[in-house]
Amino acid sequence: MVSGNGQPPKLVTVIIDGAEYQAEEGRNMLDVALALGFDLPFFCWHPVLGSIGACRQCAVRLYWTDREGREKSEIAMACMTEAQEGTRMDIFDEEAIRFRAEMIELMMLSHPHDCPVCDEGGECHLQDMTVMTGHSYRRYRGRKRTFENQDLGPFVTHELNRCITCYRCTRFYNDYAGGRDFGVFGLRNQVYFGRAESGTLESEFSGNLIEVCPTGVFDDKPFSRRYSRKWDLQTSPSVCPDCGLGCTTTLSARYGELRRVQGRFNRDVNKMFLCDRGRFGFEFVNAPERVRTARIGPGLLPPQTMMGPAIEEPAGAEAAQAEPQPIADAPTEEGARLQAEAHAAAAPEGQGGQAAGTAALLGELALDAAAGLLRGRRAVGIGSPRASLEANYALRALVGPSRFFRGMSDTDDRLVGAVLEIAADPRLRLGSAADVHGADAVLVLGEDLTNTAPMLDLTIRTWLHLRPNEVEERNHIRRWNDAGITRIKRREPSALWIATTHATKLDEVAAETQRAAPDDLVRLALALAHEVDAEAPAVPGLGDDEAELVRRWAAALTAGSAPLVVAGCSSGSAELLRASAQLAAALHRAARGESVTEERATLVLTVPEPDSVGLRMLGGGTLVQALAAVARGESEVVVVLDDDLDRRAPALLVDDLLRREVPVVALAALEDRLTATAAVVLPAATFAEETGTWVSHEGRAQRYFAALPPADGVRPSWRWLRELLVRLGRREARGWTTPDDVLAALEMELPAFRGAGAAAPAASWRRDGRKVARQPLRWSGRTAVDAGRTVFEPGPAPDADSALAFSLEGLQPPASPDELRVRTWWPGWNSGNGLHKFGEELTAVGPARPSGVRLLDGAAGHELPPVPAPARFAARDGEAVLVALHHIYGSEQLSMYTPGIRERAPAPFIGLNEEDAERLAVRDGDLLELWLPWMDTRAPFALVPSLVTGTAAVPVGLPGLPYISLPARARLTRAEEQ
Amino acid sequence: MTSRPGLPGYPADDRPLTRAMRADGLPATIDDYIAAGGYEGLRRALEGLRPPEVTTMVTESGLRGRGGAGYSTGRKWSTMPLGADAPHPKYIVCNGDEMEPGSFKDRFLLERNPHLLLEGMLLAGFATESDEGYIFLRQQYDTAVVAIEHAIAEARERGYLGKDVLGSGFPFDIELHVSIGRYICGEASAMLNALESQRANPRARPPHMTGAGLFSRPTVVNNVETYMAVPGIVRHGPDWWKGLSVTDEGGTKIFGVAGRVARPGCVELPMGVPMRELIEVHAGGMLSGFALRAVSPGGASTSFVPAAQIDVPLGFSTMDEVKSRLGTGTLVLLDDQTCPVGMTLNMMQFFAQESCGWCTPCREGLQWMAALLEDIEYGRGEPGDTGVLAEGVWFMDSDKCFCDLAPGAMQPLESALRLFPDDFARHVAEGGCRYRRHGSDAPALRGTTW
Repeated sequence: MVSGNGQPPKLVTVIIDGAEYQAEEGRNMLDVALALGFDLPFFCWHPVLGSIGACRQCAVRLYWTDREGREKSEIAMACMTEAQEGTRMDIFDEEAIRFRAEMIELMMLSHPHDCPVCDEGGECHLQDMTVMTGHSYRRYRGRKRTFENQDLGPFVTHELNRCITCYRCTRFYNDYAGGRDFGVFGLRNQVYFGRAESGTLESEFSGNLIEVCPTGVFDDKPFSRRYSRKWDLQTSPSVCPDCGLGCTTTLSARYGELRRVQGRFNRDVNKMFLCDRGRFGFEFVNAPERVRTARIGPGLLPPQTMMGPAIEEPAGAEAAQAEPQPIADAPTEEGARLQAEAHAAAAPEGQGGQAAGTAALLGELALDAAAGLLRGRRAVGIGSPRASLEANYALRALVGPSRFFRGMSDTDDRLVGAVLEIAADPRLRLGSAADVHGADAVLVLGEDLTNTAPMLDLTIRTWLHLRPNEVEERNHIRRWNDAGITRIKRREPSALWIATTHATKLDEVAAETQRAAPDDLVRLALALAHEVDAEAPAVPGLGDDEAELVRRWAAALTAGSAPLVVAGCSSGSAELLRASAQLAAALHRAARGESVTEERATLVLTVPEPDSVGLRMLGGGTLVQALAAVARGESEVVVVLDDDLDRRAPALLVDDLLRREVPVVALAALEDRLTATAAVVLPAATFAEETGTWVSHEGRAQRYFAALPPADGVRPSWRWLRELLVRLGRREARGWTTPDDVLAALEMELPAFRGAGAAAPAASWRRDGRKVARQPLRWSGRTAVDAGRTVFEPGPAPDADSALAFSLEGLQPPASPDELRVRTWWPGWNSGNGLHKFGEELTAVGPARPSGVRLLDGAAGHELPPVPAPARFAARDGEAVLVALHHIYGSEQLSMYTPGIRERAPAPFIGLNEEDAERLAVRDGDLLELWLPWMDTRAPFALVPSLVTGTAAVPVGLPGLPYISLPARARLTRAEEQ
Repeated sequence: MTSRPGLPGYPADDRPLTRAMRADGLPATIDDYIAAGGYEGLRRALEGLRPPEVTTMVTESGLRGRGGAGYSTGRKWSTMPLGADAPHPKYIVCNGDEMEPGSFKDRFLLERNPHLLLEGMLLAGFATESDEGYIFLRQQYDTAVVAIEHAIAEARERGYLGKDVLGSGFPFDIELHVSIGRYICGEASAMLNALESQRANPRARPPHMTGAGLFSRPTVVNNVETYMAVPGIVRHGPDWWKGLSVTDEGGTKIFGVAGRVARPGCVELPMGVPMRELIEVHAGGMLSGFALRAVSPGGASTSFVPAAQIDVPLGFSTMDEVKSRLGTGTLVLLDDQTCPVGMTLNMMQFFAQESCGWCTPCREGLQWMAALLEDIEYGRGEPGDTGVLAEGVWFMDSDKCFCDLAPGAMQPLESALRLFPDDFARHVAEGGCRYRRHGSDAPALRGTTW
């Protein structure tokens, strides 16, 4: 652990069981012993939550010398003992051994012993510790205490009889995540952890209870419905697809389904926790809406082979299509027959065996058709911010850089572009979520983090909890001493300031908050910049209140030496991003003087999607430009990479694209409006079925690995594109046999990506000639999983894309490198609590191995020019400035396939504050109509009291609300009843 | 047995704790108190002493905490940070959560002599340059609540409490906090958590409370009786205090006797008075037909002292000789017609009920021990049970638990197993308790039901 003042840790000599070891001074001796490889049992200690000394499980014999020089010893808890020079303890002391077994006996007095039906079984820390201490026979013959369990909602189960009262759940949920609807009730042996009454847990981080609970009290509810023991799960390291933070995860699969997602330790981003959207939002992988087999649209088949009525010729033929040309290489009649047969064969079984072969054949046919469409024609390619870097690059190679367009909304495109400009400013360094821990003050500008980048919310709460504190330092309370810091922090003034367009959940832990219209947020940022650095331009026309607020906040931000600005793309205002950057640069200069050499993050910027930054870095044009190119007839075929255009472009433009009958080749994982009409549909793998790379919001390239092989006709997008390239005679693609080859080509062509290939070991990586096994040694599916379909034992699915194997043969976690660790498992440590076995630096701050590769560092750009201050916002009659309202459940499309997330998403609405509602005379239940030059939409009115008068809130991404490009001013009226 | 003058033969005929009390049993008013020399100590401190000098006087007097642990009061105060760099506010907290079974000394003092507490806390506040005092009182002490509220109002009116105490420039006020109260709140850090409206779990040390106590500010926590000893020490000096006791521990103390004696109650006596004198003289001796078998000397969390050893002087150090502790100094007597197993069971049920649920040995172990004792008492005992009880004594030892609740609970159990082995054996062999009719009042349910 890095001490509070940033000094490198001092090493001391400690003595464990008579042998001397080096340890960092001030760490607790449990942490030290575990890091040294000792098996010392524990429950209440947690690598991030720290020590409280309650469970008494890590008892050791501690020796010391008293004032008279006599040697003394007693039983002590290693977790509450600080490592100092000469600290001496025995783990294998006879009394300590006996005591540790006794503690298990006590915890098991009322335990239901229901391991066979408990989801935790096989990865239960309580089981592991019971075996480790040797306790086996329960002498208590009294009545067991029992509890009534609660329904905690769609994500988390509750079976409190299994509780061993380690207090981890409340420490996480209440102290760290700031939850208020959960807690501890009762006392003695009746301590109850739960809610005041049954009901869905309100915290966006409730799923972490599953992982912090050392036994089966809190388990994964969706997983329990199609449960497998841990030893039957095929796992892989992955990255969360649900926002741009790049939290690392572990995926578990069985029977061709993705079964669960867990947090994977990552010092640079999410440490070990996840938000509930990231943990539970993966159901789209298993959704019935998945595109499973390749299809060729009816328009590509000769009319006589059609089963239904032939499609009418376009009535008003437009210039480019006046004379529809015969399509070269279109499937022959024979091809059409084959396709029909293949469909018939594939449909009933849907998976495996012969059907898979047919699906593959269909894929070949579809590739032929797509290649035929592309050959000799001008094509545009639309990339995707949720597809892999490899796929986007392959698409760019297919259509050429000048015809490659980014499938992002114009709002996102503009803002992510601003993020890249900011990243190139030599004064600034973009940070990750974890970089918040290095700050001494945080200012959030325009972001509702809980809903746009949820783990940043949790990280800020954790940082407020863990940051160095004067009371702690004066009283020598170490950061691991949770019992000490928790109650001190409850009384601490916050070091967080938030200025947003509307109230956010994080406000509750802020020192001060400010509500303002987007333009006024820009003004606030610029005024703060001027206040801390006189060289930054002043903002004219500040009111007295504003000036006072600016002085107060500027003083607070410059009180320490490491202020951090958090902003992002969700506000829709690129000016706010640039103004935030101007402020961050000013703060950094004020804190450090002229020379900025230090490697400290100054700015954290959120982006909406897992590869928003990677896609933007590829260059090319915008989505609207692509659609315009098609509309102008400059393109004869469109290739769309896994993307739902309706969410990213005005409906008008998408309608236009679909009307034009320009053939579309869709690489899609899920059915949507586009796949319904596309000429060729190629089933694309989701993140769970492919190995690829994403570049997160801070420019960190991270590799994710398939947890299950793509079934049916599904293939990774880059492979489809590679096949097209090969069919089109593009030589360079022949050499692309793994993602590493694609990345190598990318790095060669675009130097900005240099190093991306090193984000993880290459597919060719082997140790002792072996790959890493995705299946545990005890995996029982080898002969059983496919027995329902075939009596033959299928061989393991091949995986050319990574150094992982879909097999139980290969390297198991203790022997695999960290970047390829498929699960946390070690002999004797079956649960996730064995992280220390991998030598991870587990304390909440401090060094460990980096995750992936940061690409944007050292980008030689120029200093951004000063941002001109906008005029002060003034409400206009009959017109409102639209502000985006993001929802953790609802604004992200893929996670909405998860029932528990869908049911928690709000219904569409348009929000106004009381004053505006009064002016428009709308009440609850009324409909509002929103008018923009190119569209209008209506939705029920909802009161959002925190909005500034003259602004209206529109939720982002909710089904039923069209895409609206921001910033925008809209006319609002009360809609007449339908 | 109420307060009575010191008896001849004691070093000094003075009763500083009860001197101001009224004969009619009502709380001493501020005038009663001042008439008995009250607030003289405070005046002396405000007029002529520097804060550290007050602490030095308390240290030199040898005053030890009257809550039961017996830690040096002056030494505790001296660890409070003083001077311009010290964090503020600093707090003085009085622990009035008297819940030790058999103890009622604080109630007696609070109901009858509330101003003595206020003066003691004022002096502690002066000595440690503190800003505010809190009296933490359990809800059941409703008579004391009224007395203290009235006393605080009187003191404020006369200028003894407030922004400028007696015009000296020393600001200090006292708030009364009436809590639901739990036994664990007798543990000072758990009481501070309760005062902060957190769960009443004990805190880990470090930090010590004088470094980061109430609201994470430097805090002194003492028992009611401890604060009440301070005004006399400051008024008359440490030597006067030392001269009051029989042994060298200094001062007087409220001792109590409960059980089958002629006059149960409490009395102020010099420290070091022999236990026998307390029982036989002040409490009037055993009722006829009852013989003393053992004494639980200072609340339930002290070891039984066998009747043969009651010549021991009642003092913090002297009680070591009989393998027990002074504790609160309020004796509960075990007579020859009461079952020692039953008495131990009663105590264990209390402790099991009062465990805060924080650490494993206490939370699970006490209820297991209570269940086992209940089995033995009601005829369901098995031959190995006393071995398990002895194991409980081992795993609830003080180095193994988070706070002293369970180790305290083990003191009667350990001493009962040591002093009354035959009773345990007979219960198991005879299938129940010979002191009660078999089965007549056995609970319907096996196991713990509270």
